[in-house]
Amino acid sequence: MTKKMHETPLLDELEKGPWPSFVTGLKRLAQENDMAVDLLGQLEASYRNKVGYWKGGTVGVYGYGAGVIPRFTELKDKDGKAVFPEAAEFHTLRVQPPAGMHYSTDVLRKLCDIWQKRGSGLIAFHGQSGDIMFQGVSTANVQPAFDDLNAIGFDLGGAGAAMRTSMSCVGAARCEMSCYDEQRALRSVINSNLDEMHRPSLPYKFKFKFSGCPNDCVNSIQRSDMATIGTWRDNIRTDEKLARDWYAAHGMEELIDNVVTRCPTKAIRIRRANGEAPPAHVSRVKLDDAQCLEIDNHDCVRCMHCLNVMPGALLPGGERGVSILIGGKGVLKIGSTMGIMVVPFMKLGSDEDFEKLQELARKVLDFFAENALDHERVGETIERIGLANFLEAVDLPVDPNMVLYPRMNPYVRTDDWDEQVEKVRSGQQAA
Amino acid sequence: MAQAQPKMPVEHGVPDPMSTMHPLMKRNYGKWVYHSHPKPGVLMHRAAGGDEIWTVKAGTQRQMDHYTVRKLCDIADRYADGYVRFTTRSNIEFMVADQAKVEPLIQALQKEGFPVGGTANSVSMIAHTQGWLHCDIPATDASGVVKSLMDDLYDEFVKCEMPNRVKLSTSCCEINCGGQADIAIIVQHTKPPKINHDLVANVCERPAVVARCPVAAIRPALVNGRPSLEVDEKKCVCCGACYPPCPPMQINDPEHSKIAIWVGGKNSNARIRPTFHKLVASGLPNNPPRWPEVAEVVKNILRTYKADGRPWERMSDWIERIGWPAFFKKTGLPFTKYHIDDWRGSRYTLNASAHIRF
Repeated sequence: MTKKMHETPLLDELEKGPWPSFVTGLKRLAQENDMAVDLLGQLEASYRNKVGYWKGGTVGVYGYGAGVIPRFTELKDKDGKAVFPEAAEFHTLRVQPPAGMHYSTDVLRKLCDIWQKRGSGLIAFHGQSGDIMFQGVSTANVQPAFDDLNAIGFDLGGAGAAMRTSMSCVGAARCEMSCYDEQRALRSVINSNLDEMHRPSLPYKFKFKFSGCPNDCVNSIQRSDMATIGTWRDNIRTDEKLARDWYAAHGMEELIDNVVTRCPTKAIRIRRANGEAPPAHVSRVKLDDAQCLEIDNHDCVRCMHCLNVMPGALLPGGERGVSILIGGKGVLKIGSTMGIMVVPFMKLGSDEDFEKLQELARKVLDFFAENALDHERVGETIERIGLANFLEAVDLPVDPNMVLYPRMNPYVRTDDWDEQVEKVRSGQQAA
Repeated sequence: MAQAQPKMPVEHGVPDPMSTMHPLMKRNYGKWVYHSHPKPGVLMHRAAGGDEIWTVKAGTQRQMDHYTVRKLCDIADRYADGYVRFTTRSNIEFMVADQAKVEPLIQALQKEGFPVGGTANSVSMIAHTQGWLHCDIPATDASGVVKSLMDDLYDEFVKCEMPNRVKLSTSCCEINCGGQADIAIIVQHTKPPKINHDLVANVCERPAVVARCPVAAIRPALVNGRPSLEVDEKKCVCCGACYPPCPPMQINDPEHSKIAIWVGGKNSNARIRPTFHKLVASGLPNNPPRWPEVAEVVKNILRTYKADGRPWERMSDWIERIGWPAFFKKTGLPFTKYHIDDWRGSRYTLNASAHIRF
């Protein structure tokens, strides 16, 4: 039934070796659909000539302005006909996965059924923004494929100058480091702003990402415009049994080398166990009958290292919440930027807390929509106008946690210094 | 217009994961207190009430045909509890409530050719982009580079022998969609765009293209009597930013689009603050189908780090300790004038001190 396979000597090389081969997968698809046959043909040409052959265009689904990545072949013969006609249209549907990327096999099989029927059968779990990428569908089949996916509860993701699909780590579902309900936070922020995803009208892309702790497993600080990272305000919790177990298994050398000296702020010390209660801001846990490990929580920056090395023995504190960082992005145009701390701590537990997070997200989106230049990410806007102006615009109080160190130059007008001091003092009184 | 109007979409947004989450994870949501790493590819998490869940992690090709996905589903149904999740690096995770299921699950995965590993201090799957398979602006492929490298690094995925975890990424243009990584493999163009002046006026929004250039090297021009754009080639940094908004400004070149290697990026806050990766090698040929020159540099860096790094040191921590002179010496990579940053903020990357290393 299917078209004859093209010769693919270069791609065939990628069927060798122990790692699972996408080429072998494509060849399996080519047994049942001509699109995969011609896709292999075009890809082989790219490998041979070291040139890409796709161009963009405009393809979408009814009611939405984004979420489909159109691809048309540019590999044409002298008469302008596609050399690989069955793959001449090879669009991708970006689809938002369940928060945390949890799947039952039942759902996965339904997704496979739809894509086998409507598209090429090639699916990526997941793209770099966190979408399920249903790759390879003709223009005519875009709408029916989407309708099928939509009917089982899935929705398109973001593309272009829009709010993008979000990601959260596994978090509360299976991690003791989790400091908030990441999946709820993701869904409340994204699902309350879907208009910005489906009908793009922002100056450029805007990404939210949600990590449960400062290990930041979804790379929110480098890959998102607004990063929500779990943290805690009180003392690191301890578990004496697990601490003793760890010490018995690893000993003093590893304790010194891997825990104490790796603390970036020297907040950890080893002390004789004398039976006294530690000061209120110190976490103390016995390692054996003679010695204990002490953490000065005022000096701790919540880097996660000691918690990672001694799982369970050290755990995030009980007064949990999130830090918010704004402005992470990739290279274009000013060079990569990291998210910047703008909210050192906000609680995230009650319904009201989640509403506050939603409100902040909306405020930042509004700021971005109104103030960013065309094709400017919010990190670039902040670079252009200065962090203080951003903070004023979104009504966030200044905090020394936002800087590594204060200003190093005198090039600033400080006419209203006294007023600013008064503002900070009255703000502190209010809080 | 016989065709019926399509129906409006239901704007579901992000699906609720609770219905597709392993029931034991659901029951203990937010209540986990401990984890251990019994062997490569396996994690055990324990909840406050004593429930334990075992996770087996496996590598995939990410770009999966539906047969592969169905095979993974069959394994999940037969050997696990019917639930899976994917990590940010496209590894698949199977969760089981019963420890006795772990070994049969591992064997089933291995039998079907899925490597079990990628946990803790291993080299995990490479975060990557679309490349020639689907992107409209790539200078190279993504899946093929990843397949070739992971074949070479297979042992490092299934064992945990590195000082700390190693995350890799590849990107098919300088936009770097693959992202920051301990070792990042990124296209580096070396020639300015070749402009097809016949097409610019019809295809490109010229002011927008001018505005995209990070070094203001593009200006409007009349060429052969037609409105077009010209590039000041002395200013041009060959970044390719003009190419996406203006495809007639072709930046990709089979010969002159090279591959660069960057090291020391990490997003975790553990120990030193998050870091961006730094350029260490460039000028490597774009050499499909297996990119052996790239693999050699990556493997050399990994070998050096593995031999010299101390436990828990990520690539960036290791280099922070030994210093860049030692990094270049130990890896044998040449340090050139191109390693000295001159972009904005570069003053803070220079050594303004008398600290030196020999």
